[in-house]
Amino acid sequence: MSKTSIKITSEKLDLQECYNFVTDASCGGISAFVGTVRNDTKGKEVQQLDFSTYKPMAIKEMQKIADIALEKFSIAKIAIHHAEGMLQIGDIPVIITASAKHRVAAFEACQFAIDTLKETVPIWKKEHFSDGGIWVNAHP
Amino acid sequence: MMKIHLLFFGITTDLLGTSSLGIETSADATISSLKVQLLTNYPQLENINSYAIAVNEEYATDKTLLKENDVIAIIPPVSGG
Repeated sequence: MSKTSIKITSEKLDLQECYNFVTDASCGGISAFVGTVRNDTKGKEVQQLDFSTYKPMAIKEMQKIADIALEKFSIAKIAIHHAEGMLQIGDIPVIITASAKHRVAAFEACQFAIDTLKETVPIWKKEHFSDGGIWVNAHP
Repeated sequence: MMKIHLLFFGITTDLLGTSSLGIETSADATISSLKVQLLTNYPQLENINSYAIAVNEEYATDKTLLKENDVIAIIPPVSGG
């Protein structure tokens, strides 16, 4: 049985699926991080977000994060799912769930996974405003 | 000379107007020499903060040696999550 679930999809992400994947009889807790599309950036109204990926490499990098999390924290299972394509306000671009015998490991694994994902996984978002689109983080 | 494949993502797709290109580079090219070549050929790349490079889907360092037919991805600052 695999201890990791990695996915990039243009379908709607499913929190229940991520939860179900990590459930384990040995575990005393499950932690979940759910990213959501916010309606403004620096006071400017965001209309939608477009996520593009270098999919084969992004999958590999997400798998590395999951594998490192399993080594580094005492967790049983971890799921990392990311969306691609156009998302609207309130939609879910990312879900991470981790299960562990004790809660601290589950919290820490989720935090580690989302922090690392934001640094290393080749996924880009373009914010669309009423007056055009901007690639996030691209400019000095 | 040898042929390599370039892939562009995020803002670099917009800056170059394409998401992939085949180019020729010297047979002893490294990431470092490729960066110089890229900036000469595509000065638009100066408009971004910084970028990383992946060779065949793995992050590379400046010293990484390139081989014929390598797939080189230009990775502008990522913004997933």
